[in-house]
Amino acid sequence: MAKSKSAYSVPGKIGKIERRIIVVWVDNEAGVLARIAGLFSGRGYNIESLAVAEVDKKKHISRITIVTEGTPQVIEQINLQLKKLVPVHKVADFKRGEKDILFRELALFKILGNSKKIEKVKKICKKFNPVVLDKTSKSVVIQVTALRAEIDKLALDLKSLGLISTSRTGAVAMTKGPKIFN
Amino acid sequence: MPKLLSGAEIVFKALEDQKVEYIFGYPGGAVLPIYDELKNHKSIKHILARHEQGAGHSAEGYARSSGKPGVLLVTSGPGATNAVTALTDAYMDSVPLVCISGQVPTHLIGTDAFQECDTTGITRPCTKHNWLVKDVNDLSRVLHLAFEVATTGRPGPVLVDIPKDIQFKKGKYKFFKNTLKKKLNGKVSNKIHNSELDKFIDLMKKSSKPIFYTGGGVINSGPDASKHLRELVSLTGFPITSTLQGLGAYPGDDPQFLGMLGMHGTYEANNAMHDCDLMINIGARFDDRITGKVDEFSPGSKKIHVDIDPSSIGKNIKVDLAIVSDVTELLKSLNKRFKEKNKNFVSSNKQKTSKWWEQIGKWREKKSLNFINSNKVIKPQHAVQRLYELTKDQDTFITTEVGQHQMWAAQHYKFNKPNRWMTSGGLGTMGYGLPAAIGVQIANPGKLVVDIAGEASVLMTMQEMSTAVQYRLPIKIFILNNEYMGMVRQWQELLHEKNYSESYTAALPDFVKLAESYGCVGIRAKTPEELDGKIKEMINIDKPVIFDCVVDKAENCFPMIPSGKPHNQMILGPEEEEQISDEGKILV
Repeated sequence: MAKSKSAYSVPGKIGKIERRIIVVWVDNEAGVLARIAGLFSGRGYNIESLAVAEVDKKKHISRITIVTEGTPQVIEQINLQLKKLVPVHKVADFKRGEKDILFRELALFKILGNSKKIEKVKKICKKFNPVVLDKTSKSVVIQVTALRAEIDKLALDLKSLGLISTSRTGAVAMTKGPKIFN
Repeated sequence: MPKLLSGAEIVFKALEDQKVEYIFGYPGGAVLPIYDELKNHKSIKHILARHEQGAGHSAEGYARSSGKPGVLLVTSGPGATNAVTALTDAYMDSVPLVCISGQVPTHLIGTDAFQECDTTGITRPCTKHNWLVKDVNDLSRVLHLAFEVATTGRPGPVLVDIPKDIQFKKGKYKFFKNTLKKKLNGKVSNKIHNSELDKFIDLMKKSSKPIFYTGGGVINSGPDASKHLRELVSLTGFPITSTLQGLGAYPGDDPQFLGMLGMHGTYEANNAMHDCDLMINIGARFDDRITGKVDEFSPGSKKIHVDIDPSSIGKNIKVDLAIVSDVTELLKSLNKRFKEKNKNFVSSNKQKTSKWWEQIGKWREKKSLNFINSNKVIKPQHAVQRLYELTKDQDTFITTEVGQHQMWAAQHYKFNKPNRWMTSGGLGTMGYGLPAAIGVQIANPGKLVVDIAGEASVLMTMQEMSTAVQYRLPIKIFILNNEYMGMVRQWQELLHEKNYSESYTAALPDFVKLAESYGCVGIRAKTPEELDGKIKEMINIDKPVIFDCVVDKAENCFPMIPSGKPHNQMILGPEEEEQISDEGKILV
């Protein structure tokens, strides 16, 4: 007699999970972000970060960059399911480590402290294109652009130097050289 | 300057241009302008349901039996939410539906107005696409696009939400054709390459244990797909099995047909799927009721998968050759190419597959659909068999509800033509069959339409009998009444120590009296002797009939693959070891 107590099948073997960056070009119309996000949540996929903005004002095309993780099978499904959505024009996906692709994330840090401390902060941020956006005698707002892991580490390092607020975008991506995504 | 039309007029103009003949619907505050316009359009007939879910399933039955999209018209709020089950059902079974819903006026959207709900938000995951039309000049484009999305690629439901003020506003009308710039489902070109066909043919020629596994995609591709499939099967001499949704694409009484596969499929079909060296999947999607335990699914076979939806390929099972195509197109070119180079393939290949057919013959000897018949109580399988025997000589359309009766119908009713079998497979919606039968009867006037039902399922949408009576639709509701939610009871018996928790309906209506109160005819059969006579009586009545067939309460549906088991570990009968004698056994 059956051992399974469920009317559904038992889970099979699970493949290796990898992180991927998925870029989607969509018509910038009402509800399009809900369609994309709903597809991910409805099918149990993960969204680690998401960046979206209109990139073509005339044709109303938005470019969405999603960082996700899953087994190769899941990643393939995400690609294929996205392509089925009516407002989606094209989909591209990349591994984090791919050579020909640039990834960037932007972060704003607000740090409290005296000028001596703030100089120290600037030094730590030096490698990551720091821009001071606002400065008072007690605080500074500093902008950096870097990879996700670098920003993670930076935020950790700044904690002891008076970091009180962090705001980050999701990752955005672009190919190197003259080529564009197809 | 073109004549300006109101939004409601645009709706009907678009429906006329799409050659819509029937709308299934239910009026309400937010669609009144559209209902007001109905009288001016004589070519479109409105079928008034008793519940929007019923209207939705009727539209599905209409679509599946006619090949045309079903059209549904509902009001805002509860009208739309009631339609959600039907939309989801159509989404899971790839049925083309266009649902038009009313919405509160644009200035009230977002204010929690009376009968307001976020219809496009609610229906987003259960439609291929949906639209909220906020500008009357967008309306004609959106409506035509809606029909295009619903009917192209893998078909499915769409919804157009129209606020009441837009229905009144005047705007321009234009007939848009082929507005989709890209092919649907993410594929730009559906060109089939000869190299793919050659690989396909090569795999078939190398195989000594092949099997065709075909599904609803063959039906959805249109009647030509079934013709080409029959030709391919006869050209190759290979065995063929079908999913629940694919029944009728290949004749159910043909010797090359092994019966349905899957959880309640035949022993020979499931074992052949497990042991084959080549599986040719045409228009099926490796659903979990088919594959059982994925890791042990047909371990030794090469697999070919033909599907119009690229996301169906590789979703559950990895395949060796994947072809994204409409079934008709693929089979047409495949048959042509196959015939060019392989004359007399069947006779030259006979030797190669003879052992395979021998093995299939051994599996067939198990006669897995057998049951122990009785001369005291009506066995439900016997009832379906008698219904088949007494209706097979006319062009009969069968719908079902969901549960044991559905599986018995799939096992024992043999379909010879596509579009004759309408059942809720993906979503498994109890209450589907009765309203679906209404839609089928509307699309096929004069034909015999039978809903093989269970008493629990049919009560979920019983109110639609009133619709059948109103439009004089002589549908036959053939209830296998065992007073239990039979499939629930079966699982409880087999897997939950016979704890029949809430699966018995202690108070059922008298179905004969119920039929009479609706103004149709009620018939009851209690014993095997009277069954044939009463079925004949039912067929000969030119009115809707509710047939209360009182059957064995404890019968279980076998064979069965317990979940999480591979295909070659089936349960064949009530007691595996019990020897079923030839007496009292019905051979099928």
